[in-house]
Amino acid sequence: MTQTAVDSTESLLDVERLRADFPALAQTVNGRPLVYLDNAATTQKPISVIEAVSRFYREDNANVHRAIYQLGERATRAYEGARGKVADLIGAPERSIVFTSGTTEAINLVAYAWGRHNLGPGDEIVITAMEHHSNLVPWQLAARDTGATLRHIPLTDDNLLDLEAARTVIGERTKMVALVHKSNVFGVVNPVAEITALAREVGALVLLDAAQSAPHLRLDVQELDCDFLAFSGHKMMGPTGVGVLYGKPQLLEAMEPFLGGGEMISSVNLTESTWNEIPWKFEAGTPKIAQAVGLGAAIDYLEEVGIDRVTAYLGQLSDHARQVLSAVPGVTLFTPAGGSSVFLFNLEGIHPHDLAQLLDQEGIAVRAGHHCAQPAMAHLGVAATARASFYIYNTFEEIDRLAEGLEQARRFMSG
Amino acid sequence: MTELRDLYQQLILDHNQHPRNFGVLEGADLTARGNNPLCGDQLDLYVALEDDSIKDIRFEGSGCAIFKSSTSIMTTVVKGKTRGEALEIFERFHRLATTGEVDSAEMGKLAALASVYKYPARVKCALLAWRTLETALQEQGEIVSTE
Repeated sequence: MTQTAVDSTESLLDVERLRADFPALAQTVNGRPLVYLDNAATTQKPISVIEAVSRFYREDNANVHRAIYQLGERATRAYEGARGKVADLIGAPERSIVFTSGTTEAINLVAYAWGRHNLGPGDEIVITAMEHHSNLVPWQLAARDTGATLRHIPLTDDNLLDLEAARTVIGERTKMVALVHKSNVFGVVNPVAEITALAREVGALVLLDAAQSAPHLRLDVQELDCDFLAFSGHKMMGPTGVGVLYGKPQLLEAMEPFLGGGEMISSVNLTESTWNEIPWKFEAGTPKIAQAVGLGAAIDYLEEVGIDRVTAYLGQLSDHARQVLSAVPGVTLFTPAGGSSVFLFNLEGIHPHDLAQLLDQEGIAVRAGHHCAQPAMAHLGVAATARASFYIYNTFEEIDRLAEGLEQARRFMSG
Repeated sequence: MTELRDLYQQLILDHNQHPRNFGVLEGADLTARGNNPLCGDQLDLYVALEDDSIKDIRFEGSGCAIFKSSTSIMTTVVKGKTRGEALEIFERFHRLATTGEVDSAEMGKLAALASVYKYPARVKCALLAWRTLETALQEQGEIVSTE
């Protein structure tokens, strides 16, 4: 990962100016200015993304790749241009970038198109105990269908990956290690270099769930040396309905298709077909054209702000959040030291669902529940938690309002 | 936050902090389990019958204040009632919690939940106990889920 070159003492982002780019932030909820702290679930969209999607539909809308007319050529250029932006963002060749509907579909693609043809009884898939269900359930299904065994790297008492245990869990039988890069519950960036080294020793592939890291960190797939990387557009200011699977080209080439249909074929007769080249082999049907264009605009926005600045600013916000949230009586913080942007907590005596309801009354949007990571909740020994997650447009004042909201909730619930 | 006092009335907070009839009922005639998978609310309900009447009722479980207080209040309301009477109260409470269109003056303590219908995401919290009771009284053993 690239170290940030930004001096932490300077003012990192002109957040007030930046907020003006996000129409959804300029509203009141229950009479209070909206404080949107559910960014790990989805981010708000800048006007440039909204306009890019709108402009595509108003000016360039056509199906891609086969149209022999100007509109179709423009649509194809816009769609493939977005692929180029994704490729540049993560340092990958364009042919290694497959557009999917999101992280979930990207992981399912690998679990089906690679897993169903390369796994069998005696083989092991390794995940971790802090996976989002999207990087857990597809592997449960693959294990069930192929007879492979699903194993997991447990967590330490500090809610970090247990690297000691990883050394014994990853072994000669391991064929795939699929893990979350930055956790959507603990906010920690996992030591993927160490895990990847363990996987390489036994010849296993590595898939990184980058749904939370792609919006926050400069990613370089060459540096990460992962075989697959998956992320979603909507968690990095892009539209819903589009995500990315990066795969090493030689792996994608060797893989069978995922979905069959138009676009992914080379030639078709009534009994059999041959496949298109990568990445289109994995993009059956009319692709997510407008959504990909929107994602391209989101990447432009992110690059303009500067991903290193984003990382550094989120670090500052997180330091502040750790300080003020820890100071609220009754708060148990589950986010380990080093975790950033995602703060998982409970307030003594108040169920997270009640807490989220009370905070909503103050215009503060936080998430309550299991965050699609039930094994992680089981590790904590709780059924549900509250989560506040930040992005570039959140301010120090908003975090203070959250802390005040927690104090108010305590007073309210004690009658 | 004070606007939310219609949802979180004093009686709700009281039953949340001091749930009545909480704990296992040894020798229960009927038991049923309920859960709200998306929230993690969990409930085990125990009912002891005498003839056709609910002689005793207890519960164990964890969840939000609306769930816990609704369950606690329900146990106090249905104790001593016949199965038919309890199900009849549920019918009226269901209407109260989903539409608000019930004269809450007739609902006794249950009227404390009269505002739930204004918060659609919380209706299932208020109803879980009643659905679980219905299952216990009608067909024992099935797991109730309100999702």
